[in-house]
Amino acid sequence: MPAVSKGDGMRGLAVFISDIRNCKSKEAEIKRINKELANIRSKFKGDKALDGYSKKKYVCKLLFIFLLGHDIDFGHMEAVNLLSSNKYTEKQIGYLFISVLVNSNSELIRLINNAIKNDLSSRNPTFMCLALHCIANVGSREMAEAFAGEIPRILVAGDTMDSVKQSAALCLLRLYKTSPDLVLMGEWTSRVVHLLNDQHMGVVTAAISLITCLSQKNPDEFKTCVSLAVSRLSRIVSSASTDLQDYTYYFVPAPWLSCKLLRLLQCYPPPEDGAVKGRLVECLETILNKAQEPPKSKKVQHSNAKNAILFEAISLIIHYDSEPNLLVRACNQLGQFLQHRETNLRYLALESMCTLASSEFSHEAVKTHIETVINALKTERDVSVRQRAADLLYAMCDRSNAKQIVAEMLSYLETADYSIREEMVLKVAILAEKYAVDYSWYVDTILNLIRIAGDYVSEEVWYRVIQIVINRDDVQGYAAKTVFEALQAPACHENMVKVGGYILGEFGNLIAGDPRSSPLVQFNLLHSKFHLCSVPTRALLLSAYIKFINLFPETKSTIQEVLRSDSQIRNSDVELQQRAVEYLKLSSIASTDVLATVLEEMPPFPERESSILAKLKKKKGPGAVSVNELEEGKREGGELNGGGGERGGDNSTIAASNASTPSPSADLLGLRTGPQVSAAPPSAGSLLVDVFSEAGVNDDGFLSSAPPSAVSEDAAPPLPESNELLNKFVCKNNGVLFENQLLQIGIKSEYRQNLGRMYLFYGNKTSVQFVTFTTTVSCPGELHPQLNVQAKPVEPLIEGGAQVQQVINIECLGDFCEAPLLNIKFRYGGALQNLSLKLPVTINKFFQPTEMASHDFFQRWKQLSQPQQEAQKIFKASHAMDTEVIKAKLLGLGMALLENVDPNPENFVCAGVIQTKAQQVGSLLRLEPNAQAQMYRLTLRSSKDTVSKRLCELLAEQF
Amino acid sequence: MIGGLFIYNHKGEVLISRVYRDDIGRNAVDAFRVNVIHARQQVRSPVTNIARTSFFHVKRSNIWLAAVTKQNVNAAMVFEFLYKMCDVMTAYFGKISEENIKNNFVLIYELLDEILDFGYPQNSETGALKTFITQQGIKGQHQTKEEQSQITSQVTGQIGWRREGIKYRRNELFLDVLESVNLLMSPQGQVLSAHVSGRVVMKSYLSGMPECKFGMNDKIVIDKQGKGGTTDDAGKSGKQSIAIDDCTFHQCVRLSKFDSERSISFIPPDGEYELMRYRTTKDIILPFRVIPLVREVGRTKLEVKVVIKSNFKPSLLAQKIEVRIPTPLNTSGVQVICMKGKAKYKASENAIVWKIKRMAGMKESQISAEIELLPTNDKKKWARPPISMNFEVPFAPSGLKVRYLKVFESKLNYSDHDVIKWVRYIGRSGIYETRC
Repeated sequence: MPAVSKGDGMRGLAVFISDIRNCKSKEAEIKRINKELANIRSKFKGDKALDGYSKKKYVCKLLFIFLLGHDIDFGHMEAVNLLSSNKYTEKQIGYLFISVLVNSNSELIRLINNAIKNDLSSRNPTFMCLALHCIANVGSREMAEAFAGEIPRILVAGDTMDSVKQSAALCLLRLYKTSPDLVLMGEWTSRVVHLLNDQHMGVVTAAISLITCLSQKNPDEFKTCVSLAVSRLSRIVSSASTDLQDYTYYFVPAPWLSCKLLRLLQCYPPPEDGAVKGRLVECLETILNKAQEPPKSKKVQHSNAKNAILFEAISLIIHYDSEPNLLVRACNQLGQFLQHRETNLRYLALESMCTLASSEFSHEAVKTHIETVINALKTERDVSVRQRAADLLYAMCDRSNAKQIVAEMLSYLETADYSIREEMVLKVAILAEKYAVDYSWYVDTILNLIRIAGDYVSEEVWYRVIQIVINRDDVQGYAAKTVFEALQAPACHENMVKVGGYILGEFGNLIAGDPRSSPLVQFNLLHSKFHLCSVPTRALLLSAYIKFINLFPETKSTIQEVLRSDSQIRNSDVELQQRAVEYLKLSSIASTDVLATVLEEMPPFPERESSILAKLKKKKGPGAVSVNELEEGKREGGELNGGGGERGGDNSTIAASNASTPSPSADLLGLRTGPQVSAAPPSAGSLLVDVFSEAGVNDDGFLSSAPPSAVSEDAAPPLPESNELLNKFVCKNNGVLFENQLLQIGIKSEYRQNLGRMYLFYGNKTSVQFVTFTTTVSCPGELHPQLNVQAKPVEPLIEGGAQVQQVINIECLGDFCEAPLLNIKFRYGGALQNLSLKLPVTINKFFQPTEMASHDFFQRWKQLSQPQQEAQKIFKASHAMDTEVIKAKLLGLGMALLENVDPNPENFVCAGVIQTKAQQVGSLLRLEPNAQAQMYRLTLRSSKDTVSKRLCELLAEQF
Repeated sequence: MIGGLFIYNHKGEVLISRVYRDDIGRNAVDAFRVNVIHARQQVRSPVTNIARTSFFHVKRSNIWLAAVTKQNVNAAMVFEFLYKMCDVMTAYFGKISEENIKNNFVLIYELLDEILDFGYPQNSETGALKTFITQQGIKGQHQTKEEQSQITSQVTGQIGWRREGIKYRRNELFLDVLESVNLLMSPQGQVLSAHVSGRVVMKSYLSGMPECKFGMNDKIVIDKQGKGGTTDDAGKSGKQSIAIDDCTFHQCVRLSKFDSERSISFIPPDGEYELMRYRTTKDIILPFRVIPLVREVGRTKLEVKVVIKSNFKPSLLAQKIEVRIPTPLNTSGVQVICMKGKAKYKASENAIVWKIKRMAGMKESQISAEIELLPTNDKKKWARPPISMNFEVPFAPSGLKVRYLKVFESKLNYSDHDVIKWVRYIGRSGIYETRC
């Protein structure tokens, strides 16, 4: 390459740069630059053409100004002009300017591309190189589009110079990285691969970078490169240090090329061809052998180059994972490095060993270095090296050395760096669980962990302890004893309080026999920590207290006292307050049986993958490398594990789910709760409704809120349950007709002969007023001629909490079956509410009771003997067969209950006349209960067949 | 309160470092250098907060003065102190430059000890300071005990700014009204904003402890007199009065008297000091009018014509007139023609600078320039910065007039008539800009 000759050394540029360097302040610098820019502008503006030298000089100055951080918005044209110069220096400056300052200006790009094309097709290698460098430096998509086809041709052409080939290979690599879709090798593939055989080492080095990148994307196309690479590698490895002349670096032959070759081989599985494989194994052995040889030079560069090749070879060995012999040798080699005085080497050795540990062949070999690694963990100065040591310990751990490793890691944790503590905690937790032979050891380890590094113990870790303790009966007593002891420390971590609260709440009874840990002592111990804890922990402790009430009735009064105190029952935190109130009520109202059911011991957790492992997987880092191995280990250790499942942590879930109150506590700890297990039988749930009676009024089943369809302007269809409502009012005249969250409708009615009057009371249950409140009563279909209903208008506005009354007058014209419809519309907070109900007006309301003697009754009974006049129904009793209740119901029906008429005293007979405007319909009734079969037979006779039928239908629902 | 005070040169090297409080660590010095002086973007705010520490800085030529505090101080007070500090240093050794500061660093530390005590500003009156902080080497022998105790009593006494027993053969005083007028005008000649900030600077050489009273055409005072006396009196005087928006006084002025009677009475310090500062925004006399005319001829040429008109009494002469016409960033050549003065294209400042030595009132002058542009591929349009102007006129653009300055000295035998008084008005341009 022709160097810049002395005569070319632009003096103006040097002066300008030294001026700027001498500027005292930023302002002065800006002034100088402004002056220079004006000068250049006037020069470029000048109509007389500038010669190449001054053009180059000014473009250089612009470049310098740009690199100082100022905007340059002219001079591009001049730079492009320089490209077409025949002088190397001018062309070089032009390309430099373009590479640094090019922006996607369409016309300029065209000019630049043209110039580059010219240079590429010229036979001058330096110009070709400049053009290729420019393409690689810009590397834009436009460049790729223009030249992606051209460059491979240059790369493989027989007459291209070696230096150009190198540039072309690297340029192509750059273009491939930016826009892989445009670089299509296709026909060139095999010729590119054969560049590995090139005489020139530089070309091979450049080409191998390109091939590595390409073969990562489509390995099959470049498969042939494996054997070529192996032969090339063996040639280099077997060569003497002097053979390669320029490419020998501190007595190591072609170290960069060797590394790249080894890395390329890592893209492929071991070669199938025996000969190739043999040659490769030979190479690797040679590399390992060379590592044992005494160094040829004391220079650090020599050992660096040698070790680079060695580590690349070891990663190839690990990648193949099929040569036990090589693996063990590699392991031994790394073992030597573990004690090397070079920190970087120790780091690399630990890192590589981490991956070696996961290979079945070398696992045992790695384990022999345990002492060294533990030592490294303790004594290394550099935190990143210690981190690697911890990773390696984790990876090499198995059942035989678990106790030792866990103990070491625990003791290291006390002094570990904050940055790696959480990861260490997770690792200890996993190892302790995975290789636990004896669960008391596991419990000890984890409690120790919480004690030492409580802040870094994540939720998952302590959930896991609880899951395991709950699933393993044999360890529960020990766990309770241990946490009790741990809690006695004057200052203990909140996570410890959580575990303690949970475990004592569940299994405190197991240690209650000992007077030193009597129930009251346990409670006082827990409660002494209460005030130091955060809200979630306090909530957990409250749940533990209620469990105590169940476990130890003697603590009840003390705990109730605590729950009753203002700091609990009036706590500003809603969750705590709710728990305090609910638990207090539960403990004072529910019987011991109920308590025992509700607060039963938690059922075992379902088996699931350990949540901690999932957490560690989420954490990036080298820990993840050995996850596969870890899972294997997990399987082998699986039979030991009590159970899995992420659910857990809070025994309050059980109370909350059973209490059937809308409590948010089900997920209050943010636990990722699994399927909730409702441990108590459903009967307990229904009993509890009474406990929480103030909340349970409108929840007991027969009333519901307005259906979702109730928003249209038309009258909504009657509620599905309105028939039931109707039946409810057959035998009574007053009561609550309807209730939902917004509205309550009360009813009061009185009837005389064929007339009736009904009072409806609309109560607004909310604190917001209802507007445009309207009600309409209609008699649908054939009811219209039978019944005359008149509703007085009602106030359109109901204030929050207020009640309005509506009077409805009813006249019965003829006998009827259907009930009139009541439609209510109003707006609540902007939303239209629309609901329809059946008014409880039934034919029996118009009964006039008739007293008659036995004789008269049977006479009339016989008179009404036509088949259509009689309606009979036999049905099963739906309520208890209580004589008094039945009597009351029959009286409520409106007929006269005739005593001593029927020969069988068990039977009931009634008589009455239905008063309608058109006619009077006499009716007789006979109800025969059968106590053994729990059945009734109901017979009705009346002068009108429809009446008998309707009455029979209505009455059948009542008993 | 101020925790510390640092002085840096333009490179950010510390020249003076004085820490008054423990909460300011050594690293505060570096923090300011890194975050302000060497900041990649120019820091324009005079107050910078770095790690809960506040830095207040002013720049005098190439020198940075920074006051540091961790407390919530009155920023105006800190800046006032920094300005005072600059004044004091100027009074002691002239221009504030790196050289001067290096040469006088002992003196500066001495001054800092005196004017700041545990971060609380103390007496920063140059006159008073000069009595006991001197530059003439060791003078202790010359000062008698009496003198020393006198200095002590003066500095700690009620009138700390003047010592007793001053005697002059000629009782003389000089009064300068210095104003700077600021303007922003639209191309059509509409005033967008204008205000005058002025100072009354006094140099007094009076014997004894004279009681002075200063009177000017303050609108409130004139109106009050007009109401109190006959209407003829105000009419006869015929003087215009000015409305002062706000004013501040030297500590010698009796503020209680100003509040009650709006009269300015004081016992003056000896030598030069600033009596008051004020600001007006109404009825400002704009000494010059700039009429720009910019025409773009194609993409490569720009024609600029600027006319300036002087707008004051023909008998007065304006001086040091300089008009600065910004040029586009892609200017490649400029031709200028002007009738009066000299005009030149300064590439380093991207502007045409037109200088006129003198110009009488009610005159007009013109410049025309042809600017050649280099076509660029940048689509950004030129922002057209305003044309700015500098000048000096011998009157007060606010219209302020000194009505009287009376001197009473009861103990010594000279009266108001014996005092020789000089009054001078100087109006300068502040930021005087016209958009084009």
